Amino acid sequence: MNDANLPPYAQALGIAIDHDEDGNPVLYADFSDRVLGRPGFLHGGAMSGLMEMACMAALRAEMERRGETMRLKPVNVQVEFMRGGTEQRTFAMGTVTRAGRRVALVNAACWQDDRAKPIALAQMKILLSPAE
Amino acid sequence: MSDASSTPSPELALPPGFVFDPARLAKGMMTRNGHSGWLGLDYHAHGEGWFELELPWREELVGVAETGVLASGPIISLMDNATSMSVWTLTGKFVPHATLDLRVDYMRAAVPGKTVIGRGECYKLTRTISFIRGIAYDEDPSDPIAHVVGSFMATHGTYL
Repeated sequence: MNDANLPPYAQALGIAIDHDEDGNPVLYADFSDRVLGRPGFLHGGAMSGLMEMACMAALRAEMERRGETMRLKPVNVQVEFMRGGTEQRTFAMGTVTRAGRRVALVNAACWQDDRAKPIALAQMKILLSPAE
Repeated sequence: MSDASSTPSPELALPPGFVFDPARLAKGMMTRNGHSGWLGLDYHAHGEGWFELELPWREELVGVAETGVLASGPIISLMDNATSMSVWTLTGKFVPHATLDLRVDYMRAAVPGKTVIGRGECYKLTRTISFIRGIAYDEDPSDPIAHVVGSFMATHGTYL
C-alpha cells in the first residue's frame, strides 16, 4: 500500500503513510488550518476521518494478506474523544480485531507526541463483499 | 476526562456566556476558517433544540474515487458541528464543550454531487453533559444517509 491508494479526502487533508507496523499502516496528518477546530486545537471530525482511513487501510492490508479482493462498506463507527489534539502531527493506526467472511470489526487509536496517551479511539464495523 | 476540547468551530473562541445568535449564522456569518471552513459547512436552518448545517459535495471530499461517494470523515465533522450547535440553541449562550463520543450508523452512501444536510438535536441537557442525536440526509429526512448519537461535556462552566 502506498499514499497513492488513499482516497481524495485523505490526500486533500494531507494524510499519508508514516510506516508499516506488523503489516498495519500507520497514517499521519500534519497540523494545518484544514484540520483546525477551535483555535489551537484539532477538529474532532478530522481525528475521526484519520482513524477511519487507518481502519480501512488496516482491513485492506489484511485482505491483501489473505489474497482476497473485497469491497468494503462501513456500517458504523464509534469514536471516543479523550484529549484535545494540539498543533502538531497526528498519527492513527487501525487493528483488525476480527474479520470474518462478511463483516469485520476494526479498532483504531489516534495519538500525537506520546503514543501511550491516545487522544481518541475508534471502533468500526465494515461489511465485506466480493468485488465484481 | 478531557482537558481540552476536540470540539469544532471558532465560535468557541467567543467567551463563555456570549449570546448564541443563530440568526447571525443564518446571515452568512459562518466561519470560513479551520476544518469547518475547509469542508464548506454552512447554515441551513435551526429551531429550539435543533440545528441544521449543510455540506456541499466536492470532489476533494470523496472517500472512494471510483464512485464519487463522500468520505465518512466529512459526515462526522458535519454532525459533530450540527449537534454541538443544537446544544446552544437550548442554552442560548456559548457554553464551551468537548465531544465525549459520537457514534455514526451509515444507512446508505451519500449521492455524488448532492449537498448533505446535517440535522443535530439535543434531547437532554444536564448540568455538565448534553445528549445529542441527529441525522444526515440529502433531500428527504425520512431517507437518511446516517444516524448519529453522542454526548458533549461542558468544559468551562455548566449548561444549566
